[in-house]
Amino acid sequence: MTVDTAATSTRGAADGDPELVQLLTPEGQRVPHERYDALIDDITADDIREVYRDLVLSRRIDSEAVALQRQGELGLWASMLGQEAAQVGSARALRTQDHVFPTYREHAVAWCRGVDPAQMLGLFRGVDQGSWDPRENNFHLYTIVVGAQTLHATGYAMGIQRDGAIGTGDPNRDAAVIAFFGDGATSQGDVNEAFIWAGVTNAPVVFFCQNNQWAISEPLERQTRVPLYRRAHGFGFPGLRVDGNDVLACLAVTREALQRARDGEGPSLIEAFTYRMGAHTTTDDPTRYRLDTELEHWRLKDPIERVKAYMVRSEMADQGFFDGVEAEADELADRLRSQCRALPEPAPESIFDDVYVDTPPTLLAQRDEMVRYRDSFADEEGAR
Amino acid sequence: MTTNTASALTIAKAINAGLRRSLENDPKVLVMGEDVGKLGGVFRVTDGLQKDFGEDRIFDTPLAESGIIGTAVGLALRGYRPVCEIQFDGFVFPGYDQLVTQVAKMHFRSGGRLRLPMVVRIPYGGGIGAVEHHSESPEAYFAHTPGLKVVSCANPLDAYWMIQGAIESDDPVIFFEPKRRYYEKAEVDLEDRPDLALHASRVIRTGSDATVVAYGPMIKTCVEAAAAAAEEGRSLEVIDLRTLSPLDLGPVYESVRRTGRLVVVHEAQRTLGIGTEVAASVTEECFYSLEAPVIRVTGYDTPYPPARIEDQYLPDLDRVLDGVDRAMAY
Repeated sequence: MTVDTAATSTRGAADGDPELVQLLTPEGQRVPHERYDALIDDITADDIREVYRDLVLSRRIDSEAVALQRQGELGLWASMLGQEAAQVGSARALRTQDHVFPTYREHAVAWCRGVDPAQMLGLFRGVDQGSWDPRENNFHLYTIVVGAQTLHATGYAMGIQRDGAIGTGDPNRDAAVIAFFGDGATSQGDVNEAFIWAGVTNAPVVFFCQNNQWAISEPLERQTRVPLYRRAHGFGFPGLRVDGNDVLACLAVTREALQRARDGEGPSLIEAFTYRMGAHTTTDDPTRYRLDTELEHWRLKDPIERVKAYMVRSEMADQGFFDGVEAEADELADRLRSQCRALPEPAPESIFDDVYVDTPPTLLAQRDEMVRYRDSFADEEGAR
Repeated sequence: MTTNTASALTIAKAINAGLRRSLENDPKVLVMGEDVGKLGGVFRVTDGLQKDFGEDRIFDTPLAESGIIGTAVGLALRGYRPVCEIQFDGFVFPGYDQLVTQVAKMHFRSGGRLRLPMVVRIPYGGGIGAVEHHSESPEAYFAHTPGLKVVSCANPLDAYWMIQGAIESDDPVIFFEPKRRYYEKAEVDLEDRPDLALHASRVIRTGSDATVVAYGPMIKTCVEAAAAAAEEGRSLEVIDLRTLSPLDLGPVYESVRRTGRLVVVHEAQRTLGIGTEVAASVTEECFYSLEAPVIRVTGYDTPYPPARIEDQYLPDLDRVLDGVDRAMAY
C-alpha cells in the first residue's frame, strides 16, 4: 500500500474534501450531508442563536484573559482563539450526566458546562490549581500533563460500564465520557494506552482531538505520518475528521459518537481539524516558527464569522441580536476583570490542608513550624 | 468465612484473604492488573478472586502500567476503590508519571474536593534469584512524593489487616509486599483486628543495648540478628516501621532515648533512602541521647546486581550485626 505523505494528507484537509465532515462552509453556506443532516435536524433558529452566543462569549472570555495576562493579573493564559467551534459544538452535544475531561485550553467547553468564567482564571492567576467542583458540572479540572486525562476519562468510562449506565435506552441514565486533547498529545504513551484500553474494554468514551496544527512550535508533521483520525482504526474503533471550525458539524459528529458510547457500542475518535490562531500560551512567540500567510489562510475560515453569515443569510437574526450579544460580551468582560482582581489570595498555611484526606501528624508539625516561623516576624513588628 | 478465626497463613495467602474480605465488605472495591484474573497473579496473590467476584471486579488489564494507574484514577473518580497490582517493583516506572503527577496531587489541586481511594500493590525486594528489574526496592521514590502514602507489611498478620486498611484509606496508598517473604507462614486471627493504625510503627522485640529499625523483607533478617546477638549477651530492640510515608518515628525516638544507638536497615540503596530520613530525624529529635552516629545497613548505591552475587548486595544477619558492632564501638 502507499503511505500518504504527511504534507498531503495530515495537513491538506481542504473544504469539500470527502474525508472532512462539513455542514457549514467558511462562507456560511449550509451544505447537505447524507449522514449528518439527520443528527442536527432538531436544531432550531433559537438553538443557532444560542450557539452563536456561546461562540462570542467564550471568545470574549479568552481575549479578556489574554489582556489580563498582559496587564499582569494572570501569570499565564492558554488561548483557545480559533477553536471555539470545535469546543462549543462538542460541548453542546453533551448531556448533563456525561463527563468531560479537558486539557488546559477547553475554556469554551467549560463555559458550556456552566463553569463560572472567573473560576477558569484561578489556575492561571496562581491562586489555586482548579477551583470548581468537577462533580457539579461533570467537568473535570484542567489537566496540564499532556494526555494524562485520556486515561482518567477511559477509567471513568469503565466505571460507567460497571454502574450499568449504558445501553439501557433511558436518555437520562445512559452516560458517556468525552476526553479532550490536542494533536501533540497523540504522541503521548498515555493517549495510545487510553485508545487500547477503550478499544479492548469497549468503554463509553469519545476521544475528541482538536488538531490545531501546532504543539507549541512543532507542526503536525512532527507527530504523525498519517491523518490522526485514521489511527482509530488500528485500535479497533471508528475515527473521523470533522471541520473543527464548523460548529454544526462538530455538534453532529459528537452527538453521534456520544450516543454510540451511551448505547454501549464503544469508543470513537473525532479529529476536529482546526487551527490555533493565537500563541501556545502568552509566553510563546509564534512569529519565530510559522508564517503569517498560514494565519491569513485560517482567518478566512473563522468559526464565528461563518455562523454569523449563515444566520444573516437565513434571516435568523438581525443587527439588534448581534449588537445584543456584543453588549453582553462587554459586560461579561467587565465582570471578569473585576472578579479576577477579587480572587482571594490563598493563606500560606493552606498548602497543608489538602495534601491528604487524613493529614498525618508529621505534616501538621510542618504546618506548625511554618506558622511559628511566620509568627516570629509578627512578634517583631508588634514590638516595634 | 471460617468459624475458627485463627488460621496459619502465608503472607501471600493473607493478602489474598484481606483482598477477599474487602471485596466482600465493599462492592466498590476492584482488583486490576496484569494476570490477576484466571492466573491469580504471578505470585498467586489474587488466586481465585475472579472466580468468586466476577470479571467486572477482578480484571486483567493490557500490559501498560501507566494505563493501569491512569484508568484506576478514572475509576476512583467515578466512586470505585481500585486495587492495582504492579507485577514487579522494576515495572512500576511507566506508571510513575501518573502516580506522581496525577494520583499524588489530585486531592490537593482540587482543593480537597476529589479523593482517590486507590491502592497500588507492588511486590518488591530481592533475594529470589531473579533477572534484572525483578528485585528492586523503589519505596523511597514514592515516600518522597507528597500526596502518596506508603506502607510495607512484614508478616502475615500485618499483610491481612494492612491491605484492608489501605483499601479503606481515602488517600492513595502504595502497598509494598516483601516478595521473598510471600511464603512465610504464621497464625493470623481473621476476626480480631489489632488495635494498630495503618500508619503506625511497632516495636516487635524489646531490647536495651541498641535499636534496629527496618521494614518489609528486612524484618525477618533483623529479628534473627537480634536472636543471634542475644546469644552473645547483646540486647537489641527491633522496630518494624510498617509505614514509610508518613513515617511514625515516635516509637523510634522513645527507643533511641533508652538505647542511645540506632541501626537502620533496608535493601534499597543507601543515598537518600528511608534510612537517611530516619537518621536525620533521630539526630534532630534525640541528639543528646545518641551515643553513636546512626548507622545505615543497606544495599549499595549501584543498580541491583546479577542474581549470583545479590547475596553480597543485600544486608544479611552478619551485616546487621556488623552495623550494631560499629554503633557499639563508640
